[in-house]
Amino acid sequence: MNESRTAASVGATERAAPARSSDLAIETHGLVKRFGHRSAVEGIDLAVPRGSVFGFLGPNGSGKTTTIRVLLGLASANSGDIRVLGREMPQALASVLPGVGALVEGPGFYTFLSGTGNLMRLDAADPHASSSTRRQRVHDALERVGLSHAAGKKVRAYSLGMKQRLGLANAMLRPRELLVLDEPTNGLDPQGTREVRNLVRSLAAGGTTVFVSSHLLAEVEQMCSHVGVMSAGRLVAQGPIEELRSAGQAHVVVQTPDVNLASQVLTRLGLVPGEAPGTGSPWGTTAVLGTGINGHVPEEIVAALVAEGVRVRGFTVENASLEERFVSLTGEGFDVVG
Amino acid sequence: MLSAKANGPTREGAVRPGLGWALLGSELAVLFRRLRTWAMLIALAAVPILIAVAVKLSSRPTAPGRGPLFLDRITQNGLFVAVTALVVCVPLFLPFTVGVVAGDTIAGEANLGTLRYLLIAPAGRIRLLLVKYAGAVAFCLAATATVAASGALAGVVLFPVGPVTLLSGDTISVGESSLRSLLIAAYITVSLLGLSAIGLLISTFTDVPVGAMAATVVLSVVSQVLDNLPQLEWLHPWLFSHHWLSFADLLRQPISWTSFGENALLQAGYIAVCGALAYAKFSNKDVLS
Repeated sequence: MNESRTAASVGATERAAPARSSDLAIETHGLVKRFGHRSAVEGIDLAVPRGSVFGFLGPNGSGKTTTIRVLLGLASANSGDIRVLGREMPQALASVLPGVGALVEGPGFYTFLSGTGNLMRLDAADPHASSSTRRQRVHDALERVGLSHAAGKKVRAYSLGMKQRLGLANAMLRPRELLVLDEPTNGLDPQGTREVRNLVRSLAAGGTTVFVSSHLLAEVEQMCSHVGVMSAGRLVAQGPIEELRSAGQAHVVVQTPDVNLASQVLTRLGLVPGEAPGTGSPWGTTAVLGTGINGHVPEEIVAALVAEGVRVRGFTVENASLEERFVSLTGEGFDVVG
Repeated sequence: MLSAKANGPTREGAVRPGLGWALLGSELAVLFRRLRTWAMLIALAAVPILIAVAVKLSSRPTAPGRGPLFLDRITQNGLFVAVTALVVCVPLFLPFTVGVVAGDTIAGEANLGTLRYLLIAPAGRIRLLLVKYAGAVAFCLAATATVAASGALAGVVLFPVGPVTLLSGDTISVGESSLRSLLIAAYITVSLLGLSAIGLLISTFTDVPVGAMAATVVLSVVSQVLDNLPQLEWLHPWLFSHHWLSFADLLRQPISWTSFGENALLQAGYIAVCGALAYAKFSNKDVLS
């Protein structure tokens, strides 16, 4: 199991165009973070290209948030090199962080202050932020996330979704080069989720690199240009989303009454025959599934089947869905929605 | 609606980093806008009023030497209400409120989840620690000033006010005696600085503010208990509460500054040691709250 994961990772990484360091917004080499004897992150090599929307996927507890904490200097790595926006971390923390907006493990606010009060407070904590434009920037950020009407309300009275929006507003108080969003749609309704997606797209269109962690595959698939997949503290795959999708095993489905013969032909061609799921096939035929089509042109397979006398009543080539790909990378128990 | 306005990575809203006075201002604003802070200050303000009213209503004059220091003098001169109230508040009420504020400094932010956002802002760990301590110091000042001011007010309203006879037998004017009251308030503020530093240190070790508050208050009680055990006399000069009530020197003519200096030195020692330990702990801490 472990070996196949590593192999998949190497495959996907090699296919990605080799990026130079200056093109990367986030770069880690051999990043390790341990808590006592338990290792949360086991030597990951992240490469997040500038200008990309990078989906950081993985099941709950796979080390996503820990990685983000280390990237932002909240926790220190046990070993490994980290560069954020081209500068060495955590040495350059003070000069890098003003260019980074972040939402880490849910929103955290002073419940006894208003939405505006909270943002004023957090903006004041940044010595690089101009105090003369503070009120205006806070106002704009609240407007962008649709919280203007609740700006004066105490955060105590906010719903989880409103707090999440306030957290996003905080990340956007200043124009940022990099946004790190940890589970940004947590607690949001479908409408809010779509708004976040649009917001991420518009930010990316403006040139901001967005690093978004999620355990929801559908969410990542809809807004990300690049993906990294975490499983049990390891980065098992990363690269442009299209490459990951095509790295999955495509398969053929043959509709035929001659099941045994078809299976023999597929085996001879190097495909792995199996039973196709959901065989509600017409004319009393059975579907035969052949995985491992890579290297074969579909019509060759059909020709071979026909030449052996297999009565082919249906033939389809199916690409692996991203979902199957992720389940194969991260194992069962992966929380997939959509 | 989240607006889809594009936003480029420009440096709009950025200035050259200043000293970060804005964070200190924000810290004070948050501290003194908090209901809890006001509740504690109001409770402290009530102490001198309670004392003054109780003495006023009581028919029997207080016998000298019974009750808190200076209590017997209140009926003759209202100016003593403030001093008596400060004496009453020093052992428990003031350490309690200061413990709440100092214990809350880092642990409270961690508990709210705001610590990570302050650090990402980036507030800077050393700067945040300094600002948090400055906030605690401001509260010490506010707390003692509240007791002194409320005491002065209650004294003026309920009792005759006149020249004050000092411990040395000299008599000073009303104006000068007010100045002496302020000096005593300043003395007690300084007394609480060491405890604040201890609270800050404890606060860096936990994400549970109530725990840090309780530990700080308990330590202040333990220190005073130890200070009363004659068997531990060698330890007494090192206890942060050792000089807490030694402000009688400020009621002599001329003023003797010896105890003020000794107290300030002791508190500075505690600030230096606890501050250094808090820095060592906090600068390497993994913020996982």
